[in-house]
Amino acid sequence: MLKMGMSFQVMYKFNAMKFKVLFIVFLITACHGKQKEKKNIADVITDNENIVSEIKDFELEIYDFNGFEKFLNKKDDKVYVINFWATWCKPCIKELPYFEALNAKYSNQNVEVILVSLDFPHLYETKLKPFIVKNKIASRVIVLDDVDMDNWIPKVSKTWSGSIPATIIYINDSRKFYERSFNFKELESEVKQFLN
Amino acid sequence: MKNSIKLITAILLVVLISAFTINKTTTSDGYAIGDMATDFKLLNVDGNMVSMSDFEDAKGFIITFTCNTCPYAVAYEDRVIALNDKYAPLGYPVIAIMPNNTDVKPGDNMQSMQARAQEKEFAFPYLLDEGQKIYPQYGATKTPHMFVLEKTGDGNVVRYIGAIDNNYKKASAVTEKYVEDAVDALLAGHDVEKTETKAIGCSIKV
Repeated sequence: MLKMGMSFQVMYKFNAMKFKVLFIVFLITACHGKQKEKKNIADVITDNENIVSEIKDFELEIYDFNGFEKFLNKKDDKVYVINFWATWCKPCIKELPYFEALNAKYSNQNVEVILVSLDFPHLYETKLKPFIVKNKIASRVIVLDDVDMDNWIPKVSKTWSGSIPATIIYINDSRKFYERSFNFKELESEVKQFLN
Repeated sequence: MKNSIKLITAILLVVLISAFTINKTTTSDGYAIGDMATDFKLLNVDGNMVSMSDFEDAKGFIITFTCNTCPYAVAYEDRVIALNDKYAPLGYPVIAIMPNNTDVKPGDNMQSMQARAQEKEFAFPYLLDEGQKIYPQYGATKTPHMFVLEKTGDGNVVRYIGAIDNNYKKASAVTEKYVEDAVDALLAGHDVEKTETKAIGCSIKV
């Protein structure tokens, strides 16, 4: 249980500073590991109840394309990294930690990551919300729910065939669209091109 | 000295020009409307090899790149079955091709494809793109991805590329049936009006 929690943390906060903090946390928890194992069942149940209520209370930001379009056209000298993903999309889940790491590392340099979920509406409660809460996603998550895809996909990018993951990086009027997966290095080097 | 500068400029020019041409060819992967689609010989869930040339009486084909594991593909399964029920008797059978790498997606391997085909009683071929050689030629990028082909004396011409319709959530809420409209037009001897549409789908696993 403890180990699983750690590996998720490591996955999602993989950058130098946080890693150091985590290492210290790891040392401390390792020292207190035995004590923790003795944690009584009542505490475990309370933890689970806390997560359940946290999921229940979590409010999604849901837009149709008209409502969403403003996120693609901000002109505030900030670099926006807009990633289209869904919980059912394996390569999206695989690259999500890199977007989280990017957000953590560059948020103080005028970079904002926005994760745009394309999950099915009937799975918001059972899949999407639990995913966001359990993985402690720190980047802003918004949900795009608009079935008229042939209308809105070309407005995101004329070159987009519609497969995900897909990402836009832009600052003011300068933008690039990527219909592909990233690792952290690739993502970081793309963002750096917008940071001059 | 002058000569060497000229030489360097010439080399630079060649490099520049070739860089642009390479770019051009890589961005135009896959078929455009009007292109001739390649035939294939792929393993079906019933153990036989299937090609378009096997369908002597066909007037064309509704090719769908699809799979077991993509929620969008699953959402459209019943509509693909309905397309075959409606258009196979009119000369436009459905041929489904599973393009994913089955090492990456074991849920899409031949055994799982057979199970799915049996469960849903597919009346059309469900083929495995063994070695992933066919989908890149078509330019399929996701599941489901539809290609309507018209059989002509010269071969099978691509007439429509894209989605099945404009509402993945609810078949009853659909207002535009892209594939049906395309096939209806071809059957009536007309041009297809909407030749390309876009839809979200699962990227093909390589």
